[in-house]
Amino acid sequence: MPQPADFNIDHLASLARLALTAEEKARFSAQISDVLAYIAQLKEVDVSGVEPTAHAFPLFNVWAEDMPQPGLPVDVALRNAPAQRDHMIVVPKVVE
Amino acid sequence: MTMSDELFFQPVAGLAAQLAEKKISSVELMQAVLARTQAVEPRVQAFNSYDGAGALVQAQASDARRAAGQTRGPLDGIPVGIKDVISVTGQPLTASSKILANFVSPYDATVTRKLKDAGAICWGRLNLDEFAMGSSTENSAFKSTCNPWDLACVPGGSSGGSAAALAAGEAIATLGSDTGGSIRQPAALCGVVGLKPTYGLVSRYGLIAFASSLDQIGPFTRTVEDAAIMLGTIAGHDTNDSTSFKTEIPDYRAELAKRRGPWKLGIAKEYFGAGLDPEVGAAVQAAIDYYKKLGCEIREISLPHTQHAVAVYYIIATAECSSNLARYDGIRYGHRAKGATDIVDLYFKSRAEGFGPEVKRRIILGTYVLSSGYYDAYYLRAQKVRTLIRQDFLNAYKEVDAILTPTSPTPAFKKGEKAADPLSMYLSDIYTIGVNLAGLPGISVPCGFSSGGLPIGLQIIGQPFKEADLLAIAGAYERGHDWHLKHPKL
Repeated sequence: MPQPADFNIDHLASLARLALTAEEKARFSAQISDVLAYIAQLKEVDVSGVEPTAHAFPLFNVWAEDMPQPGLPVDVALRNAPAQRDHMIVVPKVVE
Repeated sequence: MTMSDELFFQPVAGLAAQLAEKKISSVELMQAVLARTQAVEPRVQAFNSYDGAGALVQAQASDARRAAGQTRGPLDGIPVGIKDVISVTGQPLTASSKILANFVSPYDATVTRKLKDAGAICWGRLNLDEFAMGSSTENSAFKSTCNPWDLACVPGGSSGGSAAALAAGEAIATLGSDTGGSIRQPAALCGVVGLKPTYGLVSRYGLIAFASSLDQIGPFTRTVEDAAIMLGTIAGHDTNDSTSFKTEIPDYRAELAKRRGPWKLGIAKEYFGAGLDPEVGAAVQAAIDYYKKLGCEIREISLPHTQHAVAVYYIIATAECSSNLARYDGIRYGHRAKGATDIVDLYFKSRAEGFGPEVKRRIILGTYVLSSGYYDAYYLRAQKVRTLIRQDFLNAYKEVDAILTPTSPTPAFKKGEKAADPLSMYLSDIYTIGVNLAGLPGISVPCGFSSGGLPIGLQIIGQPFKEADLLAIAGAYERGHDWHLKHPKL
């Protein structure tokens, strides 16, 4: 099954912030084009006048009182951080 | 003493009675489960981790409560295994992914807190397909869980560890999560009961998100009565999950004991077509005949959009996953790549090193269906077909109380058989996915064995928030059969 001409895995990997190897690109492109060919069956369904469903049950804004609640202590919240210093997360430099 | 008399193969309800009568202690029960786990786990490979010493401390606390007359109900002192996507304070939480290999939960999921409040011992982390993406548990970054009935076969997925541990006697009940069949399919393949509640009945707070409009936590148990006990414990509105519903939670166990039908049950031809293994079809037909014998009216119904459910699912689920998994960027928690040149490079490399192939594939597909220019053609169209699938069910429920189907088109398949072909793996969820898209409750109960000795599951699909009826219908079948009393020889 040929993959759709518009399926650009380099562009998608870039959007998804995901570094892929050449082998992964080739394999995923082939596998995903099988899935896309299968998914194409939805073009046959008449959806005129049909409302989309985002959730199975209607959901509306849920409001809560704007009250302070106990949260995680800083050291607990940071326990899983890959790099930290002085109660802050260390990251590579992001400003010039 | 026969095998089924072993403590680790008994249901919650029976053990609770023995604990109440002080015939056994929680420490004895926990020791029996630990010894069983040590004996069979090298072959089954259901757990990512467990804390035996901590579990025994909790068992002692449960016995102390009981001695003081302060016991908390049927789950007090019962060992419960937890799928490794649900937070338990201080325990690892990996989603069977390298990206969370060293993560430790800073807080309890709501379901965990409720189980702890009920006295349950949340002691083991159960393996799954990475981030719950898969149908065989082969996508785990750590290990491939084996089906206790045939170690060369998969246990199903994604909650394969939860199903296999229970079937093997390594837990008395377990929790899983179900996005497209991830509780019901492994329950069917491992010969246990698996319940996926109505979307919104059980809080998702503390569950690692895969596809937020489809994910739901539910129990694996040996019996329908145990499923009622577990559901009654974990269900209910939670302000920490804005999609959880404010609805009255009945006493499911008491209702199960009361409700006797007869019911009007629907059979949809779309669930018995090509691809259905003849032995599975025959077992499910025998279950249908049994309901007829009980006086239930069996009606032919149609769910005409069933054929599109898998296609809709793989658009919606991958779209939601590509969005949910954006949070794994190597900054605040999770794996951080070494040697990145700048922060964007850090994202690219951390995600590339941390995620496995199925997760990457789904992130790419989800990114595609949401990307500019394709959103209407894929995502929006899928949401519209989702509406049609849901309407099919709601139309059917004008005529019937519940729907009977096979849970999985085949019994457990061999490891490796579908691993290289994602589409064929996706199609193994064909009977379970519609339930998630429509937000309905579904249960799988054991209904026979293949000639090769592998379990077969009957799926019963219920109406929204009518779990009490669903459990009663499942219980009526179970009372007339002994499939659930059989255990694998390990």
